[in-house]
Amino acid sequence: MDALFLVTLVVGTTALLSWPLGQYMAWAMDPAEGRGPTALFTRISGARGTQGWRGYVTSLLVFNLLMFAVCFALLALQQVLPLNPDAKGALSADLVFNTTASFTTNTNLQHYSGEVSMSYLSQLAALMWLQFVSAATGIAALTALARGIAGRGNMGHFLIDVQRATVLVLLPLALIVGLYMALMGVPMTLQGAAKALTLEGASQTIARGPVAAFLAIKQLGTNGGGFFGPNATHPLENPSFWTNLVSMIAIILIPMACVWMFGRIIGRPRHAAVIFSVMVLFLIAKIAGSVWFESVPTFALRDLPVAQTIGNLEGKELRLGATTGPLWAVLTSSTSNGSVGAMHDSLNPLTGLMPMIRMWLNATFGGVGVGMINMFVYIIVAVFVAGMMVGRTPEYLGHRVEAREVKLAVMVLFFHSLLILGGTALFAATSWGQGSTLNPGAHGFSEILYEFSSASANNGSGFEGLGDNTVAWNIATGLVMLLGRYVPIILPLAIVGSFMAKRRAAQSAGTLGVEDATFGTMLVITVVIFGALTFLPAAALGPLADHFSQVRRAPF
Amino acid sequence: MNILVSSLRVVVASMGLCVVGYTGVILGVAQAVTPATADGSLVADASGQVVGSRLVAQGFSDPRYVWPRPSAVNYDAAAAGGSNLSPANPEIATRAKAIIAAYGVDAPIPADLVTASGAGLDPHISLAGALFQVPRVAKARGMDEDSVRGLITRLAFAPGGPLTQDRIVNVLELNLALDAGA
Repeated sequence: MDALFLVTLVVGTTALLSWPLGQYMAWAMDPAEGRGPTALFTRISGARGTQGWRGYVTSLLVFNLLMFAVCFALLALQQVLPLNPDAKGALSADLVFNTTASFTTNTNLQHYSGEVSMSYLSQLAALMWLQFVSAATGIAALTALARGIAGRGNMGHFLIDVQRATVLVLLPLALIVGLYMALMGVPMTLQGAAKALTLEGASQTIARGPVAAFLAIKQLGTNGGGFFGPNATHPLENPSFWTNLVSMIAIILIPMACVWMFGRIIGRPRHAAVIFSVMVLFLIAKIAGSVWFESVPTFALRDLPVAQTIGNLEGKELRLGATTGPLWAVLTSSTSNGSVGAMHDSLNPLTGLMPMIRMWLNATFGGVGVGMINMFVYIIVAVFVAGMMVGRTPEYLGHRVEAREVKLAVMVLFFHSLLILGGTALFAATSWGQGSTLNPGAHGFSEILYEFSSASANNGSGFEGLGDNTVAWNIATGLVMLLGRYVPIILPLAIVGSFMAKRRAAQSAGTLGVEDATFGTMLVITVVIFGALTFLPAAALGPLADHFSQVRRAPF
Repeated sequence: MNILVSSLRVVVASMGLCVVGYTGVILGVAQAVTPATADGSLVADASGQVVGSRLVAQGFSDPRYVWPRPSAVNYDAAAAGGSNLSPANPEIATRAKAIIAAYGVDAPIPADLVTASGAGLDPHISLAGALFQVPRVAKARGMDEDSVRGLITRLAFAPGGPLTQDRIVNVLELNLALDAGA
């Protein structure tokens, strides 16, 4: 009963907050000519004028390249740089590459453990800085996409947009959440680890640091990289039920608001409402599934004298409540956040399938900005299929969808599945992957599948039993993250660029409506068929096989 | 070239704002308003010696103390982690059997006492898990069971207030209270 209430509370509150935030973001990101602090951002960057899609993409890539370079340098030199009270040593080159790729792409896959490997300077100036600007990159890209669809002659200027997103959207929200976290008991100090002498006389070293600041933007920017290795299960990163509750809201707030912002900029709020409903539908389905599957007690303990009253407790924290584990698992991967409130490897097999499904779809809310961009790709495919079914030239908001646009859209979807399934196949078949799994059988396969899904979807959570800090894993997932980030940003902008080059068609009786339930249904079907069915065979080999091999032994 | 220079200027500006400015504000407020939790919720004894953190589990194996949940990292608060074992993994059963033997009690053991937490540092156990240990602790300390039970019930709380039903107990606080009372 309290599970149902909690789900409603979290999703409902966030949905309510997301609407005004979306309106604000539209104002902040796309102000009317001469309004807002645009002049300040122009002065800071010296960037003038507007850009077409090619110029916008070029700027985005140049800026992201600089992000990569700065982070790489800071991480590679952390042992000689200041703000390192616990004297953290040098990191291996492949780990630096993987971590830099991970945080530049808003993924935050972590093949290291924060409190073991990272200096405070690395945490703050390299990783936390990227949590701001990589999320801002996503919001900027969505803004540009929306401007193109709205029929503007240009996409704006990336360097202005990325500052707007950082300063006007992310920074104020992070201040609110960060202060809340600090006041609710999350550590915020630059002192090194504390030494304690326990009651039984053992010595204990307690890692701490500037956690509250890091944690706020980690959640808000759908980054997900934890300050500590076990992320939000760590009691110093998530000390109470109340920090957990606000974290869950923070995770999904901006991705939800992005949909409203998109609707506002294109001037079609009702269209945004349909998209929002479709995304909520998927979200609720996945939450319901995982809460239900996770209420099944730990299978390995079934024959022992253990009183299992609240489901599977392995990998979960008591103060967060038994429900919030699976709820978090889905929220975190429903956006592209990737922070974990329970260890995903220890989730029941079908619960573990839920975040995987979300990473395969990658658009039911998805990452900040990019989740909505991915949904745009599904919309293009849906419009095309619907147009073919009724035998008319497919149109989206007056833009004719022709061969070039559909090819690009299908390439985005195809590429995502290629990265996941190709990578999984390669590592499952070779010693690169086989030697690194912790759990036996189908669950081990799930660990590999999850890792590539997480990398390509820029999610960042993991089945952490996987021994993934190896040269092969670091390089492979590093490349997958980079490709999985930039291809699905560049190609959709190219689609819109090609819209902008064409004359817009007038609305007619034959134009497909995008503001009604028919369109919503069409979109759901498209997402399920094009997004999910591709991955069904892989799901059968991993989580489904894992589940049914248990059911066979003891039905529940 | 122009775009590179402009990008660099944005890099510098965002660094200043997001790393120095933002961190500074949160750090300043946290240290001014809640210095104790900002430094990690450390607990010191009467002589000022730090004995642990209220938020971090420590290993207890002495029968006079209430024991925490098992930890996959042996309560190492400088390298936390979970077991990452799948729920069907037989190692979970092996670990549970060893724990059940160590408790040596006939009644069914509460699940939280045999399952490892996410970070291996869960500072709490369930109310049932604490009450389960009352006979051992009372006997080892020469206290009567009712006063141990009373202490536990007094310290137990619902983590989400009215939003959660099951009550939990902070193990370190409970053990400090036991020491103070004995």
